[in-house]
Amino acid sequence: MPRPELQAPPEIFYNDSEARKYTTSSRIIEIQARISERALELLNLPDDGVPRLLLDIGCGSGLSGETLSENGHHWIGYDISQSMLDVALEREVEGDILHGDMGQGLGLRPGVIDGAISISAVQWLCYADKTSHEPRMRLKAFFGSLYKCLARGARAVLQIYAENMDQSEMIMTYAMRAGFSGGVVVDWPHSSKARKAYLVLTCGPASLQTSLPKAKGEDGEMCSDEDGSGDDENQTVGVYERNRPRKKLKVNKKGKSKGKQWVLKKKEQMRKKGNEVPPDSKYTARKRKAYF
Amino acid sequence: MRLLTHNMLSCNIKGVTNGFPLKLEADKWVTKEVDLNADFLRGVFPKIEWPALVAAARALDYGDLPEQADGSMLTSEDFLRRFHHALLELHVEEGALVCPETGRKFPISKGIPNMLLHEDEV
Repeated sequence: MPRPELQAPPEIFYNDSEARKYTTSSRIIEIQARISERALELLNLPDDGVPRLLLDIGCGSGLSGETLSENGHHWIGYDISQSMLDVALEREVEGDILHGDMGQGLGLRPGVIDGAISISAVQWLCYADKTSHEPRMRLKAFFGSLYKCLARGARAVLQIYAENMDQSEMIMTYAMRAGFSGGVVVDWPHSSKARKAYLVLTCGPASLQTSLPKAKGEDGEMCSDEDGSGDDENQTVGVYERNRPRKKLKVNKKGKSKGKQWVLKKKEQMRKKGNEVPPDSKYTARKRKAYF
Repeated sequence: MRLLTHNMLSCNIKGVTNGFPLKLEADKWVTKEVDLNADFLRGVFPKIEWPALVAAARALDYGDLPEQADGSMLTSEDFLRRFHHALLELHVEEGALVCPETGRKFPISKGIPNMLLHEDEV
């Protein structure tokens, strides 16, 4: 069975019978709850008991939203599948749910959201379902609108099922371009079944407060089908920064860089010509810091 | 859909520069009681566009919100109760959200607004 994203667009794949599993399968329910708890933990909200306004992107049947409600938060959910939203209605979720397409942008005012989670949804943006769907445009619209609506310093934790490294990197690239800093936390990296990748993104520049949390994982110990509990922690964290271009070295025709000698020579030439040239000192032609 | 969510939504049709606030047309709405949390209200207040909230509440026949509000009113129990009621206890079940610039209607059905844009609106 190929992965869901290769079978049909999400609004068609998540039809009534598929959506039904999210009410009846205790295994699916348990896994989703576990992932949602972890995502909320990674959001690193202040531990002050004050309810926050969060987003649940790809909220589907409302399972992840329930985790948010259980922790006292208000949330707004987005999903593209009417069938899944109907299940959420049946569950009588406490958050407000919207029928929308994250690839079209979230349509929220700037800086109003305290945090966002997404469980197994964002990778759907990488697949072109209609001729008008350009994954890059959709990723750009999604991350751009997400960045805009998050309050400064707020986090977005997106658990994704990327098909391969290329997809993972593409998603990360668009997140960085939108202005996010952050990286990927991979829980249980050595278990193909239990492995879960979370994009932990912060709205705003990286700082000490936004260092990535430790991933869950075990060295050599067997993992069961579902996420086992473990005390050992393996760091499997990749950090991405927005690419800051380094200052280019000035290079002459022969390929040599214009170093100190060249500068001193030029200054001497200018002096001979009679130009006013500042005296040479230990600071002349000193290498400057990369970002000046 | 509660008015908290309505207050955050903006029309993102391509080319629209001022898509906020979406006009609320409500055909059916209900009241669902929710515990009042003053901390949340005080925290969310600075983010609320007050005139939009007042207008939306009026669309649901709730006119008890003051025309203008500022942070000092958050100490008043009475104000908090009204703010709480309008923001979190009124649920729109059927109706529509209307883009102020294009007039495009986003229908609300069973409490869920359909914000899907058409191909030419993206």
